[in-house]
Amino acid sequence: MQPNDLERIARQIRRRDLQAVFEAGAGHIGGEMSCIDILTALYFRVLRISPDAPKDPGRDRFILSKGHVALALYITLAKRGFLPEDEISTFLKPMSRLNGHPNCNKVAGVETNTGPLGHGLPVAVGMAKAARITGATYHTYVMTGDGEMQEGSNWEAISSAAQFGLNNLTLIIDHNRFQQGAALKETNDLAPFAPKLAAFGWDVTEIDGNDMPQIVPALEKRTARPHAIIAHTNKGHGISFMQDTVDWHHKVPNAEQYKIALAELSEAL
Amino acid sequence: MNAVTNPPKLHDCRDAFVAMLERLGAENPRVVAVCNDSVGSSKLGGFKARWPERLVNVGIAEQNMVGVGAGLANGGLLPFVCAASCFLTGRSLEQVKADIAYSNANVKLVGISSGMAYGELGPTHHSIEDFAWTRVLPNLPVIAPCDSVETAAAVEWAAGFEGPVFLRLSRVGVPDLLPAGHKFVPGKANLLRNGDDVTLIANGTLTHRMMKAADLLAAEGIEARVLNMATVRPIDTEAIIAAVRDTGAILTAEEHSVYGGLGSAIAEVVVAEAPAPMKILGVPGIFAPTGSAEFLLDEFGMSPAAVAQAAKDLIARKPGRAPTP
Ligand SMILES: Cc1ncc(C[n+]2csc(CCOP(=O)(O)OP(=O)(O)O)c2C)c(N)n1
Ligand SMILES: [Mg+2]
Repeated sequence: MQPNDLERIARQIRRRDLQAVFEAGAGHIGGEMSCIDILTALYFRVLRISPDAPKDPGRDRFILSKGHVALALYITLAKRGFLPEDEISTFLKPMSRLNGHPNCNKVAGVETNTGPLGHGLPVAVGMAKAARITGATYHTYVMTGDGEMQEGSNWEAISSAAQFGLNNLTLIIDHNRFQQGAALKETNDLAPFAPKLAAFGWDVTEIDGNDMPQIVPALEKRTARPHAIIAHTNKGHGISFMQDTVDWHHKVPNAEQYKIALAELSEAL
Repeated sequence: MNAVTNPPKLHDCRDAFVAMLERLGAENPRVVAVCNDSVGSSKLGGFKARWPERLVNVGIAEQNMVGVGAGLANGGLLPFVCAASCFLTGRSLEQVKADIAYSNANVKLVGISSGMAYGELGPTHHSIEDFAWTRVLPNLPVIAPCDSVETAAAVEWAAGFEGPVFLRLSRVGVPDLLPAGHKFVPGKANLLRNGDDVTLIANGTLTHRMMKAADLLAAEGIEARVLNMATVRPIDTEAIIAAVRDTGAILTAEEHSVYGGLGSAIAEVVVAEAPAPMKILGVPGIFAPTGSAEFLLDEFGMSPAAVAQAAKDLIARKPGRAPTP
């Protein structure tokens, strides 16, 4: 699939995401909008996966470590055929299998349960290491938030991955510059990420993480060492009043804001 | 029929917590708050505005947060370490054990949004293991206040107590049950209602549900004693023995797993000191399905009506009673 088609799909996912947050009255819209382009590229072009065989041992692995944006993953998985698209309307409803963080025992395509930050990367290291031991040829991808990188467990895993020489592992950091309560800069600033990962022995690529022509080659790139993509993104990307403000980490648009946001996302179509 | 009354006002106990914290902060410049990117969810905005240099936000790094708390205490400060209870206890349990409890650091651990307060966010965010994890640690009082009055009183007590404390708070609205001016006494249950047919024991968000259940039972001529047992460790052995002696059966309820929490702590006393029929209500040892805290509490048999029914079943098991068909 070409960048143009991927961009169209990403816009559809954004619209569905906005609608679901509005209808459910909850969600993490800022961090969803920032990473939807990357999710789209992964699921509609890069990952070797099939909804008909979600447990195929040879499948590529993807872990959404920033599990609070589960809704964006659910919608992407639904569009890709892993669950019925109309099930998205049950998001957060009593007894729905779509709760606020993804559950691998309920939703096909989810590899491991996330929600507490700083868990995905160590699990991804284990998946990549397993492929080394068994000789499997799948590639493992994991996406973290930039605030999430404050968890020490990530840096333990970064060190392990370099030690193990895991060139079958790609870490994508959704670098939208904001965490829950403030900007990273005002909290515990890890930027710039690139020299830190390089110092740990990783190959690093920096991209505009909301620009499809840059996303696809970065994800498809193979390196000699573990690969980190520093994806410079905008929290709330695509909705002008949400973009780059900390307020929209988990705020829900009111009816008027919803109309404006929907119009902005439609204009882009 | 009861006269129609306005429903009681519900309080988010975080408000009582931060109001007391700010009062203490104004009186004592050594009071500091420590958090993990949780200024909003811990309601520390007011504290931060008044004393920005005394708000230590380590970012999303809970193990670091608890260790930093221990170091701040060593440096002579009085830290209140505030975070979602699931992460404060689950993520940092070894720091809580080694740096706080074992090292006897004068740190107040404040677990916010405990139990199933995060509802739809799911089991990763539910903190229904925290009594079990913390009450096995020596040297760590474990306290779950039932309302805003007790929250403020427990925070005030903790500040004056020299040593570690774990306060388990919620964000789910609860009515006030204790009288204004109530003084918190650690390890002592509060008698909220007297009766001699059965004793209902709870803490946190479950105490008011127990009171409603007692009302339902009273309407059927059954007099339940209701104890609010905020302190899970040290447990109030005396009150438990007295409950068995006077009422002959104990029903407990908690926003926690049925394994290892308040009910288990009470059962340890009942088995050893005063054997009697007992039933523990809580999350039945599963990862909860999707739903709000209130929905899940009802789902797990802790609506007032279900509690009342469980009490009647328990009474039927008292020695000398004919078994129900
Ligand atoms: C261990 C842990 N601590 C705290 C939280 C609460 N939390 C959820 S999202 C979030 C902010 C995440 O920021 P970032 O990683 O930058 O994500 P994004 O900006 O992409 O939403 C926090 C603190 C959590 N889920 N897990
Ligand atoms: Mg971020």
